[in-house]
Amino acid sequence: MTTEALIMAIVIFTLSTFLGVELIGRVPPTLHTPLMSGANAVSGITIVGALIIAGSDLGWISTYLGFVAIVLAMMNVAGGYAVTDRMLGMFKSGPEEKR
Amino acid sequence: MPVWLTQILYLVSAVLFIIGIKRLGSPATARQGNAISGVGMLIAILVALADHAVVSYGVIAAGMVVGTLLGLWQAYAVKMTAMPQMVALLNGFGGGASMIVGAAEFYRAFEAGADIPTPTGVVMQLSLIIGGVTLTGSLVAFAKLQEWMPGKPLTFPAQNASNLIVFLATLALAGWQISTEVPLLPPFYGLCALALLLGVLLVIPIGGADMPVVISLLNSYSGIAAGMTGFVIDNEVLIIAGALVGSSGIILSRIMCKAMNRSLTNVLFGAFGATAGRSGGTSMAGLTVKSITPEDFAVQLAYARKVIIVPGYGMAVAQAQHQVRELADLIEKRGGVVKYAIHPVAGRMPGHMNVLLAEANIPYDRLYEMDDINSEFDDTDACLVIGANDVVNPAARHDKNSPIFGMPIINADHAKMTVVMKRSMATGFAGIENELFYAPRTWMLFGDAKQSLQKLIAEVKQA
Repeated sequence: MTTEALIMAIVIFTLSTFLGVELIGRVPPTLHTPLMSGANAVSGITIVGALIIAGSDLGWISTYLGFVAIVLAMMNVAGGYAVTDRMLGMFKSGPEEKR
Repeated sequence: MPVWLTQILYLVSAVLFIIGIKRLGSPATARQGNAISGVGMLIAILVALADHAVVSYGVIAAGMVVGTLLGLWQAYAVKMTAMPQMVALLNGFGGGASMIVGAAEFYRAFEAGADIPTPTGVVMQLSLIIGGVTLTGSLVAFAKLQEWMPGKPLTFPAQNASNLIVFLATLALAGWQISTEVPLLPPFYGLCALALLLGVLLVIPIGGADMPVVISLLNSYSGIAAGMTGFVIDNEVLIIAGALVGSSGIILSRIMCKAMNRSLTNVLFGAFGATAGRSGGTSMAGLTVKSITPEDFAVQLAYARKVIIVPGYGMAVAQAQHQVRELADLIEKRGGVVKYAIHPVAGRMPGHMNVLLAEANIPYDRLYEMDDINSEFDDTDACLVIGANDVVNPAARHDKNSPIFGMPIINADHAKMTVVMKRSMATGFAGIENELFYAPRTWMLFGDAKQSLQKLIAEVKQA
């Protein structure tokens, strides 16, 4: 990684952090748990790195590490999205609001 | 796939994450938002699989099948009361995966005999440290919440000082590795070991009821770790997604700290609740509490026009949320109004109580935030406090010596009648007496919350 690439990455990281603050600051407390588990699922994006490491035939250490990383990240992704969906399915509004 | 197309598709996936998180902001669109974010993840995975560097798929397929099955099994088997543990564990896995990717990148350079330029070195060390701390810190938080470990803060002499030494040693090893620019095994192994140790050390002194802050913070770390890994492998979608998750955790930890009127430093390093029966706070010697029978209280409830229920974690432990709904339905059938007052730290993670009540089919529009409902207690006929303690202690308002002084509380003492369901007179997490229990308009209903509620339900039916 060159210094220029690092600076560019820092720019993206910083702006995304501010975007995240704006987005999440608006979420009502009633949804904070699904928000956390949903965000948690998004952090499983590290799967992308794990897939590239495991699939690149870089020797057995990298392949082995990549396999473990895929299992962990995939649990994070699949478990995170599924449990968030399960929780959100429980949220219902009162009967008078249904029409 | 050409590089530009890969980049565009990663961008699409990042945009879907942003739209998805935005839609998580309202109960009506939240489920759809989660699905949109899931599509973003699917695109990112497919693009990674099509990456020109990926040549063998056997290991990938095996890992994905194992991970997906374990994840789905966990998601459908977990009880809603155990959500904090589940999120803690998944956070840990995410952090662990980020750490491993960082480590694999190190090995790649090491085996190829290649140099690690300083910028890459910096972000690689950060991804290893943050990933490692997230992994073991989350595992300790999981063990505490699952009660495999005592929930009380684990303290030893000079704890903060020794933690600081471990932290500085970690930084020193990182500095060594970065400055040589040649991959060296000793600082690599040392750094990984110390980062994992640091995660354990940072979480063991934190007590059970402070877990909402810890889980939020670890959630943030897992995002930052993914972001750092994105720096290492030069992948924008990791950086964007990691930063989004990182900021969500920071905001939630801030909200949780504010709700307890404590600073983040105090939560992380204060070992709050380590000493039971602390000095300070009002002495209740000489005062007596009044108790009430379910029969007597049922009569009051049956004719109440407005009832506010204040649920605490004790209700969830007793698994009494379904009985709460049944009682509320009965009161409503008789013409009363039932609302729920939710303190931000009522559960073991942000918004936990709302999920538990949603599971018991209580509509979310009956759940009110503390600030929105506190003015309504004065014209409330009956307030029912179930398994909550410190969050309804009026001492927080006026007793400057109380450890919870200044913490925003629910005005349960303002109701015309307040009934507290509790097993015994044991103190709450802060280890202090609760003035509310001795107030003139408060009655105690001792016993298991679930059984007491069942008796109340039976009595209200007959009233």
